[in-house]
Amino acid sequence: MHTKILVVDDEADVQPLFIQRFRKEIKNGEFDFAFALSGEEALGYLDQHHSEVILILSDINMPGMTGIELLSRIRQSYEKPPPVVMMITAYGDDENRHQAMEKGANEFLTKPLDFSLLKEKLNTFIHD
Amino acid sequence: MEFFSYLAAFLLVKRLQKFLAFSPLRAKWMSQLTLASWVVVGICISAIIYLHSGWPSILGGALLLGAIWFADNEADFQPFNSFIKAHLPLGAASILAGLTEVVAPKFYDKYDNFFDFAIIAGFVWIFARWATTKKQREEINLVNQQNIQLDKLVAARTAELTQQKNELQQTLDLLQTTQQQLIQSEKLASLGELTAGIAHEIQNPLNFVNNFSEVSMELVDEMEEELAKGDTEEAIAIAADIKQNLEKIIHHGKRADGIVKGMLQHSRASSNTKEATDINKLADEYLRLAYHGLRAKDKSFNAEMITHLDETLPMANVVPQDIGRVLLNLFTNAFYAVQEKQKTAATAYKPTITLSTKSIAAPGPKGSQNIEITVQDNGTGIPDSVKEKIMQPFFTTKPTGQGTGLGLSLSHDIVVKGHGGAINIDTKEGEFTKFIVTIPV
Repeated sequence: MHTKILVVDDEADVQPLFIQRFRKEIKNGEFDFAFALSGEEALGYLDQHHSEVILILSDINMPGMTGIELLSRIRQSYEKPPPVVMMITAYGDDENRHQAMEKGANEFLTKPLDFSLLKEKLNTFIHD
Repeated sequence: MEFFSYLAAFLLVKRLQKFLAFSPLRAKWMSQLTLASWVVVGICISAIIYLHSGWPSILGGALLLGAIWFADNEADFQPFNSFIKAHLPLGAASILAGLTEVVAPKFYDKYDNFFDFAIIAGFVWIFARWATTKKQREEINLVNQQNIQLDKLVAARTAELTQQKNELQQTLDLLQTTQQQLIQSEKLASLGELTAGIAHEIQNPLNFVNNFSEVSMELVDEMEEELAKGDTEEAIAIAADIKQNLEKIIHHGKRADGIVKGMLQHSRASSNTKEATDINKLADEYLRLAYHGLRAKDKSFNAEMITHLDETLPMANVVPQDIGRVLLNLFTNAFYAVQEKQKTAATAYKPTITLSTKSIAAPGPKGSQNIEITVQDNGTGIPDSVKEKIMQPFFTTKPTGQGTGLGLSLSHDIVVKGHGGAINIDTKEGEFTKFIVTIPV
């Protein structure tokens, strides 16, 4: 099964990191990644490729549109089918965690990302 | 009548004794003067007994004139000179009367009333002078006493003033020490603002270092597998990935390194050594630190940061940590202003901080350049009533305990005094604030 995941982070090096961390899955055709460097870019991408994207992984702390804002915009604009949204932020940020859950995030992950945990969670969501 | 000059001489001696009774010259003159008075009495008695017809008068007058001559040449008696000189008419009259009696006894007998009158007049003159002198002396004494009192008063005042001056000097020293401590604590306070930003800025590169290291280890395992299988092509491809990852690790390691160095530089006492500095890099770095510093305190805060950095900017010869502090201060203020506005503004309000740099031609020698750094925010703005005061030390609009009131004042000193530049402000209350820092290259 081919799953498109949109990763939103203002750090450009997140892209090669994901591609390497998930190279087996990409090679096997399990996942397909798209990247955006800001909330605005992510929304633009979703506009074009809405039907393809099944899961969105977004950083919260970004200049300009925050991950939380992006989350609420996604929840407003894309009702069917609702994409799975996982939020990522710095360790111990309870306020954002609470806010993200309230706005309808499916999962909440803290930095530094534990990739084996992320893989586990991705598999759970995709196979459900 | 000859008796008068002796009496006058005797009284002169006695009065001099009286004048000197309370002066330091007493010891020197007192016994001599006592002796002189007895000599006068002795001469007087001898003259009356042994001399006749005019000679006692001549001798008396001569005695008096001799005494005047002596006193006139004696520095110790100068203060009484005018009184002593008052004896001259009597002395002269006595000698004149005596000589006339000796030389022309008939003439003398005929006009002796006039001579007697002259002698008495001379004698009375002495007393008149004595009275006025006495009065003058009393006045002088009074003035002297007043002077002494004034001297004491002046001495007391001088002592008081000296003490006050010493106290003020001590206070000044204390103030100068306190000022240095305040500057240091301002630095530490701004470091505190930075800490969270620094932690965030270091955390990100560290995550990359860790992640790329881990993934590279997995890749090495895979490469070994591929080599064992004999798939050299795939192994070479993996090796290229590993190399790329190692480059990333180096890049992020250096990034963290730079942040730590910047932090150390910021907290260190200023070395005041100017060095070629990339203002764009410095400004961008501090903008991020200020932003993350604020976000650490207020997680819900978010602002758009727009940068217009002039890529052709020349290197500036500045003290990097000092200019860094100025920029940090401007950014912190800008973020504070938009944060304050956000509390009351409509939801559509979008906090925005704009950082721009550009090089402009400097006035003065042709070809010299200035760097202009502009920090603009769309925050609360500065009311006109406050605008004049914001550069003053200890002036702050922040609640007690939140601002030292030294940020802009120190920034002003650093830019103007330390670098020969300028800070200008353009602001509209409720709309925007724009700080323009100009520094010569």
